[in-house]
Amino acid sequence: MTSPDTQNDWRVETQAVADRIRVRVLDHVLSHNGGYMSQALSSAEIFAMLYTRVLDLGPSTAPMIPQPFAGVPGADNQDFFNGGAYNGPKAAEYDRFIFSPAHYALVLYTTLIEVGRLSEDGLEQFDKDGSTVEMIGAEHSPGVETTTGSLAQALSQAGGIALARKRRGDTGKVWVMMSDGEFQEGQTWEAISEAAKFDLDNLRIVVDVNGQQCDGCMDAENYVDPLTGRIRAFGASAVEVDGHDLDALDAAMSMETGKPHFVMALTDPVRGLPIFEERAPLLHYLRFTSEDERDRYRAVYEEMVN
Amino acid sequence: MEIVKRPHVENFIAWAADKPEVVVLTADLTNSSEVGKWRDTYPDRFFGMSMAEQNMMGFASGLAREGYVPYIHTFAVFIYRRPYDQLAMSIAYPNLNVKFVAFLPGITTPGGVTHQAIEDVSIMRATPNMTIVETGDATEVESVLDVAHAVDGPVYIRMLRGEVPRLFPKDEPMRLDEVRMLSDGEDVVIITAGITTEEAMRASVPLADAGIGVRHLHVSTHKPLDDPMILESIARSRYGVITLENHTIIGGLGSAVAEKMADAGSGKRLLRLGLRDTYAHGASRAYLMKEYGLDAAALVAGVEELTGIDTGITENDLAEARVEATHSLAKAEGL
Ligand SMILES: Cc1ncc(C[n+]2csc(CCOP(=O)(O)OP(=O)(O)O)c2C)c(N)n1
Ligand SMILES: [Mg+2]
Repeated sequence: MTSPDTQNDWRVETQAVADRIRVRVLDHVLSHNGGYMSQALSSAEIFAMLYTRVLDLGPSTAPMIPQPFAGVPGADNQDFFNGGAYNGPKAAEYDRFIFSPAHYALVLYTTLIEVGRLSEDGLEQFDKDGSTVEMIGAEHSPGVETTTGSLAQALSQAGGIALARKRRGDTGKVWVMMSDGEFQEGQTWEAISEAAKFDLDNLRIVVDVNGQQCDGCMDAENYVDPLTGRIRAFGASAVEVDGHDLDALDAAMSMETGKPHFVMALTDPVRGLPIFEERAPLLHYLRFTSEDERDRYRAVYEEMVN
Repeated sequence: MEIVKRPHVENFIAWAADKPEVVVLTADLTNSSEVGKWRDTYPDRFFGMSMAEQNMMGFASGLAREGYVPYIHTFAVFIYRRPYDQLAMSIAYPNLNVKFVAFLPGITTPGGVTHQAIEDVSIMRATPNMTIVETGDATEVESVLDVAHAVDGPVYIRMLRGEVPRLFPKDEPMRLDEVRMLSDGEDVVIITAGITTEEAMRASVPLADAGIGVRHLHVSTHKPLDDPMILESIARSRYGVITLENHTIIGGLGSAVAEKMADAGSGKRLLRLGLRDTYAHGASRAYLMKEYGLDAAALVAGVEELTGIDTGITENDLAEARVEATHSLAKAEGL
């Protein structure tokens, strides 16, 4: 049995990682005059949970400072570097992490930094010409195993990986992180259906249900609530939790249901940065429209770090 | 050079005022496709179809069968890649009046491979009933709607957004299957479309100074591509023709010109510049244009290869490249 103290420890560490993700992403958005901010605010706890508590990963086999882009996969580029290497070696006992909403890349890179898999300096290369640390991550980007910037293609690929691993008898799980917008694509539902049909109980999905997409707010009443029920109706298991509550996430993410399992993390897209609420309902991308506005966010940042 | 900010926004609103049959469909990219204000102006003619492109094609088909003219607005890749079957069978086969306003052609986006429409012209050329046009400047952005609307059938529009240069006089609108001659000379024909026209124009003065006569043709209609000026120009050129496209060299402008030349039995040489059967990656437009040889310097190298003449032109001689700020206020978001 772990003592209550140790139990407390993980929460402290995991929350600290989540907090640092928000701060670092805000810092980045301030210095770049723009970025995918709300995604960090809504999913900081999800990523912190994955990388400090849930995923069973080996040590990274990739360089702390990402290598420059070395060409697309092809016959003349057989040793194409795959960003999954940041999540450690592929081995029967380890979990795999499949990152779906590629525009969340900044959150993923930041998480890798906070858990020591990527150097802080790696982020300097974000969106720089010739770098792999792309704004919309692709499978050469740190932590990214599949190319999924055309959204809702990851779950099916993860299904294939889970099917292969199940046949092989691997004990590791396949974890997928998705955004709620991806549930508007038909492919997601085809994937759920097949994952259930093939009894992929090794497939686990955590969804950032932030109620947001490019065009703004999704209708929470009509969309979020039936989402969980719809997933169940398609044959998978699904539970809704407060996506900022570590204990709730922990319980939901460690459930064994014998089915593909969805953790629907209900989140707040301005969590930790309430000033951002001014922009509602359009929170998908933050770009400052004036120096004055940027200064106001900078002041909030100063408060966060001091 | 005049730079026009978001020419499509106001133009489309004014243009649609007396066309109640025009409706807009988008798949969660309203502002990124510059139709946020259009939606606010004509809310009852605007349909947000969620991020579900395959289904959107079917709805557009149904609306068109009922007499509406849907203008689908989204990124190019989300028109011809994921929902291609629906586009082909629900819209192109019945030759329905659906217009595809396809943003971020080629490498004009830092969004990486998933956002770069590098084979769209090729796929659309292979699609029966499809008309394909491409905008190269603000004048064409402003006049392409008339061209598309006059076609009785589906039209795929490679569209520019954000900061768009005005290269052609406002009173010289785009016309279907009519090329524009931007310079004349006897040695080489250069054929460009979309953003590569601006690139070729950067090289035109230094090439003229180097004594190379260039007939520069700008193409705004990929299909049909029957303007006789193309073959006539090639026939009278001393060294042959170069195509420069923001697209893979397989199936796009270069291929179309090659087909025409072969059909006509032209014995001239053709050099196709563009992406050489490769995907690209996320980086700035200027960087990618250099890396993949789509810029003015690549064109000069092409002219040298075709003519065997060392022009002596260096990067410094080329007119300065226009660089749009990463966070230009003319853009809706990061992409
Ligand atoms: C197939 C596809 N269609 C459209 C897009 C453009 N796009 C990028 S992010 C996004 C919003 C998707 O919703 P979500 O991920 O929940 O947005 P967020 O919560 O980050 O605001 C859209 C439509 C895309 N990347 N892929
Ligand atoms: Mg969302």
